[in-house]
Amino acid sequence: MSTTTADPATSNAPEAALANRARFASLVQRQGALAIFVVVVAVASVSFDTFASRGNLTGIAVQASFLAMLALGMTFVIMTGGIDLSVGSVFALGGVLAAWGSQHGTLVAFVLPLAVCGAIGLVQGLVIARGGLPPFIVTLAGLLFARGLLLLLSDEGATTYKVPRGSSFRELAQGELLGVPYPVILVVVFFAIGALVLHRTSYGASVLAIGGQEDAADLMGLPVQRTKVLTYVASALLAGFGGVMIASYTSSGVTILGVGTELEAIAAVVLGGTLLTGGAGTVLGTLVGVLLLQVIKNVINQVGSLDSDWQSVVSGTILLLVVTLQRFLTRVERR
Amino acid sequence: MSDSTATATAPGSTGSTGGPGGSGRSGTRFDVDWVRRNGVFVALGVLLLANVFLTDNFVSTGTLRLQLVQVAPVVIVALGMALVIGTEGIDLSVGAVMALAAALIPLYVGYGSVGAIVVGLVGGVVVGLLAGVLVGVVGVQPIVATLGLMVAVRGVANLFGGEIKSIREPGLVSLGTGDVAGVPYVVLIAAVVSLVVWLVVRRSTYGRQLVAIGGNKLAAQLAGLPVRRVLVTTYVVSGLLAAMAGILLAARSQASDPTKLGQLMELSAITAVVIGGTPLSGGQVRILGTIAGALLMQLITATLIFHDIPDSTAQIVQAVIVIAAVYVQLGRGKARRS
Repeated sequence: MSTTTADPATSNAPEAALANRARFASLVQRQGALAIFVVVVAVASVSFDTFASRGNLTGIAVQASFLAMLALGMTFVIMTGGIDLSVGSVFALGGVLAAWGSQHGTLVAFVLPLAVCGAIGLVQGLVIARGGLPPFIVTLAGLLFARGLLLLLSDEGATTYKVPRGSSFRELAQGELLGVPYPVILVVVFFAIGALVLHRTSYGASVLAIGGQEDAADLMGLPVQRTKVLTYVASALLAGFGGVMIASYTSSGVTILGVGTELEAIAAVVLGGTLLTGGAGTVLGTLVGVLLLQVIKNVINQVGSLDSDWQSVVSGTILLLVVTLQRFLTRVERR
Repeated sequence: MSDSTATATAPGSTGSTGGPGGSGRSGTRFDVDWVRRNGVFVALGVLLLANVFLTDNFVSTGTLRLQLVQVAPVVIVALGMALVIGTEGIDLSVGAVMALAAALIPLYVGYGSVGAIVVGLVGGVVVGLLAGVLVGVVGVQPIVATLGLMVAVRGVANLFGGEIKSIREPGLVSLGTGDVAGVPYVVLIAAVVSLVVWLVVRRSTYGRQLVAIGGNKLAAQLAGLPVRRVLVTTYVVSGLLAAMAGILLAARSQASDPTKLGQLMELSAITAVVIGGTPLSGGQVRILGTIAGALLMQLITATLIFHDIPDSTAQIVQAVIVIAAVYVQLGRGKARRS
């Protein structure tokens, strides 16, 4: 009896210290990107007069809004322990379909891309959830398929569909409310919904449970297959909607968009503290990850003497540093 | 034997779709297994035969030579990728490494062909070493580690290479375009690399350790295998082979274009490996299958081009083939795991 009471007493102090360290580690894990983001923004504001200007900041927000849509869907996919490599192609496909559709009315410009992209997501989700194929391969095939479909629709990429002059479809990404561009408002609304869905719905709970331990989630009676299918449909829909937005923004269906964008989206999600092993993560972290990548691009553009190739060098290096840091921190947490 | 396969199937099938599908499949298990093992060779043979009869001028040294020259770099990269996938990893950086190696060539061509090639290869080894340390020592997930490297290294290649540079050094040009007794150097090098990698996987301690680590990393660690060293070595080999492919591609086209060279090569290589029967879950490396996988994808693309089928349709066909191939291989991976 005496030993059992003595044990916790003697180990209390180091345990508390460990708990503190673990808490600190998990804080950095979740807010690491935010810290870097704040530092980069602060340094950039001091270094460049033009950085903190209203026009530049609005530009960053609008530029980031397209990637943000892809990254939001990717966050949910990665939280289930999966990956979606098709979003870059689906994004481009959505844009081409929207531009083509806008010639037949604004409603078509919305419905057609979402229907096609949603269908691609549905097939991918079914093959992954029911067929049990690895998400990496299925969505890799989806990448090829969506890009092939895009080329088929655009005469092998030779035709760029234009959004008709005066079409109300242009308003979606070119209009603004009280000085805030619509794309920025859309991103805020979508991310708020995403956060609510993740934390307040049974679907969100299932997503995290599946990513944490798929077998356990299955045994608990959670709808594993349905949740997965829904997640891939949502990811494709969001990517398609990102395409709709960029078609409205550029008033055309640019066929060469979205190559490698899936990797940017994954990078943003990982930077935001979502573990690629699934089961943990935040929607807001992803938004910070997207903004961080966009701010880095912007800062490198501001430094006139720097080649734009530095963008990828810096983004890649920051990604590697953050994941290395995350790795050490999860070790501390587990200890 | 039939008992053991039956028990092995049960957990896998309940995990995915439920009883009926699993039991239905186990009846034809032998045939299915044979298809999984040799499907890629059968498909390759059928497609070759179909082309012999249906495509004009297919059986000419010119056509075959061109196909082999085009597939050689893919084979070289895919072999490295097969080793990485064997360790349950993935290497997304190979395309960027190709660009980096090719970008280094024009810069160091002043030291002669050999000097430039060595510098290019060292570039690949350095990137592979970084990937290996991140994955093997730090413990970062392979897909994230190599994704970061892919982005960063492509940027570095662009910084080094800048715009497209032409390669005029006679040694390099002959490496890319010359041949021995009608066999292009590029094809010869791919064949030698294939043989070496096959021997290493089959005969060396490293090969066996690699497969053991991919099968069960924890068990390999407990058994005292040098897990870190094997992982680092594997990514270094992948980087080295990618650099080699990049140099050969640049030498063949007599130009180095760091923005374009090797783009999407990681996906081609992974496809070749997976179609060749190596499961993404690690623990197996199928070298002949990988080579056949690369040849099959090349032949599919070529067949579609021969018959004037546009790029768009070609990509859609490839997507369907990838899914079908993995679907056929699926059951085996599960049975092996449980």
